[in-house]
Parts: sequence; structure tokens; C-alpha cells
Amino acid sequence: MSSGETPPVQATRPDPVYTPDAAFFWEGAARGELLGQRCADCKRLVHPPRPMCPSCHSVKREIVKLSGRGSVYSWIIPRHPPAVGFAEAPLVVLVELEEGIRLVSNLVEVSPAAVHAGLALEVLFAPTRGGRAVPVFRPRKGGAHD
Amino acid sequence: MTRFAAIAGIGQTEFSKNSGRSELQLAAEASKAALEDAGIDPADVDGMITFTLDPSDEIGLSRCLGVKDLGYTTRIPGGGAASVATIYQAMAAVTSGVADVVLVWRAMNERSAYRFGQPMVPPSGGVVNVAGNGTGSLLWCMPFGAQTPASWEALAAQHYMETFGVSNRDLGYVSVTQRKHAATNPLAWFHGKPITLEEHQQSRWIVEPVLRLLDCCQESDGGVAVVVTSLERARDLRQRPVRIVSAAQSIPAEVEVISNYYHADLTLMPEAHGVARRLYARSGLTPKDMQLAMLYDAFTPQVFRQLEAFGFCKRGEAKDFVKGGNIELGGSLPVNTNGGLIGEAYIHGMNNITEAVRQLRGTACNQVQNLSNALVSCGMGGAILSNA
Repeated sequence: MSSGETPPVQATRPDPVYTPDAAFFWEGAARGELLGQRCADCKRLVHPPRPMCPSCHSVKREIVKLSGRGSVYSWIIPRHPPAVGFAEAPLVVLVELEEGIRLVSNLVEVSPAAVHAGLALEVLFAPTRGGRAVPVFRPRKGGAHD
Repeated sequence: MTRFAAIAGIGQTEFSKNSGRSELQLAAEASKAALEDAGIDPADVDGMITFTLDPSDEIGLSRCLGVKDLGYTTRIPGGGAASVATIYQAMAAVTSGVADVVLVWRAMNERSAYRFGQPMVPPSGGVVNVAGNGTGSLLWCMPFGAQTPASWEALAAQHYMETFGVSNRDLGYVSVTQRKHAATNPLAWFHGKPITLEEHQQSRWIVEPVLRLLDCCQESDGGVAVVVTSLERARDLRQRPVRIVSAAQSIPAEVEVISNYYHADLTLMPEAHGVARRLYARSGLTPKDMQLAMLYDAFTPQVFRQLEAFGFCKRGEAKDFVKGGNIELGGSLPVNTNGGLIGEAYIHGMNNITEAVRQLRGTACNQVQNLSNALVSCGMGGAILSNA
């Protein structure tokens, strides 16, 4: 290693748990894709994933790529006890995606003072300690509010 | 078939931070106390109901109590959202005739043995929380640093607060009131220890900007038990019967326990609105007929949303209702006169049921005058209890 390089930082974020019905989501995140589950028959999009469509009861699912765009629905900073796997208190967000579903994630590249409901967001991906990844969000460049 | 069921006995252990004995022993002691309170021989229990989360097994507890022939058991999901639902299902068992003496219990060392407020790293790695309700929904929260019930509740409550302009200081009025009630309750952990709003504001942040330490319920060791029989039988027993006027569960579409993020409008708890609808429809009573409300208070924002769900004030107006002193003893609707889960102890909602029973018997330490009907809520379950 030359003197100018910094050693790679080991990610400490906890790994997501790959259940049979949710594995596609985390596998997508590991590839840098935000994926959703859509019913192959009636096209209803659902989150969290589940083995059967609650509208038409089909067990046939499609995996769809989501746009990665959304907005803040709510947000918090857990302070105590410190969150396991985070060197600094994370900014936890409930994101409302433009496709109409919501998911829990983190806000990055923003200070808490700048966060408010409706803040426009875009997705990126953060590594976890076991070499996996999760979607996280930052303020969308060029889009102030949704 | 029996027309009505009643709560005939209540019992509990002391509430502590270290019981020094097993959860099964706490369950057995609380159950024995409740059956003695009712004047029923433990051998005659024929129905047993608890939470899916309770660590004591029915057969293990029967073996302690000398139950002759257990004929009905059920467990209810949802973590603490099961608490009042146990009374509902006990009522259903008794009024349908499948059980005559139903024992409900909850007993845990949820301070000395494990703590809901602390995430844990199991030997296999990762991070877990024993408060997990087993549905797997919390797996969507853990990798993002939301690893405790306080954080799960706060992520929903923040939307309510931002929508209606409710500050953490506004929440403090609930904490102060409940600690005031606890201060005059000899059974409360915080007996003799009221707090001021300033102390609430100075308590450390647990989840910013929603919950400070004093917005959160305790972690407790203890056991509570309740005995339900028919109203006719209860009239022949030791205590004044507390009639279960109506009871309900409600888990509407897309609602989850605490990580309740996927239904349409997070400014309300659809489950509490569903319970309210059923309770009032089944009883013919209205919010104005209640003189006491025992509302599930794991965290102060839950009290706000339940006040609104049960029609005690309008949507978004709980902060004014609370600031106006309405929920105090002597107010228009006393709430959690034992101090609640915040002030008395956290036995997963069960100790709020026993307080309603004492109030209706006329034996409460902070007795509400002219009390006929009490509403008891745990979000996904509820009951209207009466001494009339």
C-alpha cells in the first residue's frame, strides 16, 4: 500500500435477514437495485413482501425495478441505547416511494435540521458488515419537495 | 349459554427490577392470588389464556396450580396489544359455554432477565430484540438502526406530531399526569416520586425528536393474573363482580404491531378506531358514558392517538385535551389512575386492567367518584367494564 492510500473501511451495519419471501429484495439491494413485489395477475404492488396477493390471492409474483424516487413520510434519530452496528446515531426514515409504497430506511448526506416531511429523495445503497447491502436515501438533487 | 361474563378475581406479584425468581413462579403466584381473590379453587380452572409472547407454558402453569382438567386454551398475538384481548377471549369462552373459569396471566422478568429496550446480538450474529412479535416485520427495521420498541413507535408518532403540530413538550403532560397518579399509588414503582414538566424536558433523548426517557414505560419484573367467570357465578364469589359489557379486537388491513407503517394514514391507529367502533356498537354506549379510561401507555404518543380513536377528543386535539387537565384524577376523563405502564409498572398492559377492576370495585387508591363504566384499551384490543 502506498503512503497516500487509506485502508478500506469495514462496514458495521447489521446484515438484513434473508427470509424466503424477502430474499429478492435484499439480493436486488446487493446488486444496487431497488426492487418491489407486484402481483403477476392483478399488478398490485405490495410491501412488505408476502407469499400471496391480498387483493386477488394469486401466489404468482413479479419482481419490478422501482424508480428509487420518493419522499420523507416521517423520520427519527434513535439515541439511546446506541443502535447496534452504527458508529453514529442513524437518521431513520419512513420513505414514501413514488410508486405508492412505504419502506423503512436511512437518510444520508443530510443534516437533521434540513429534514422535513415531503423532502424529495433518491435511493443509493450502503454495505453491511457481512458483505450485503441495503437501500438508503439522500435528498434528491434538483427536486426539493414532493 | 350465559349472557354476560365478569372479572371475578385479580392478582399480582410485587413489581420490581429483579424478582429473583422464575417467570413461571411469577405466573403461579399471580394466578394463585387472583384465584384466592375470587374465592375459586385453582383445581377448578378450566380455561387458560395468555399472550403468544408469554414464556410460561400452560401445562407448566397447570402443574403448579393443580388444575384438574384444562379444557380451553388460547394465546393472542401482537405483543402488548394482546393484553385486553385476553379479556375479550375469556369473555367469549365463558359466554359460549366452553369454559367456566378462565385464568388470564402475563408474567415476565422483563428487566432482570432481558429488556425490550435493549437490542441484542445473538451468537449467530445480526441483531434482535426480544420484544419482536414474531411476525418478521421488524426485520425491515433492524438493519436501519431502528432496533427498539421506542424507535418503532417513534417513527410512526413523528408523522402524527408533525401533522398536528405536537411537540415533545406537549407529550410531557401525559408523563407528568401519570407520574402524579403513580406517586399516590403504593403499588407503583414510582410511588412518592412525581415529576415536573421541566424534569420531563431535561430527561435524555431516547428517540429524537419524539421520545425522551420520561415518555417511555418502565421495564419491569412481575406477574399479573385475572379470573373471568360468568356474571351469575361471579355474584356468588368473594368480590363485587366487574361485568365485561363489551370487548373487541381489531386488526385492520395493512396494520402491524408497533412497526405500523403501511396503512393509509399514520396520524391515527386504525386498530384503535376499529376497536372503538366495535365496543360502542356492541354496548350501545358512547365516549360520554365512560368515567375512566385505561389507555395503553408504552409511550406517551400512543395515549394521544387512543384518546382520539375512542372519541374522547377530536382528531389532532389530544394535546389540548391533555393540557387542559382532563386526564387527571378529578378531570373530565381520568386516565391511568394507577400511573399506567409509565408510572406503576410495565406488565405488558395487564396492570392497567387490574386498576380498572379496582376502580370499579371501589377499592382503588386513587378512587374515581361516581364511576360506572371504564374503557380499557391496548390498541388492537379493548373492553368496556362496568359495575352497573
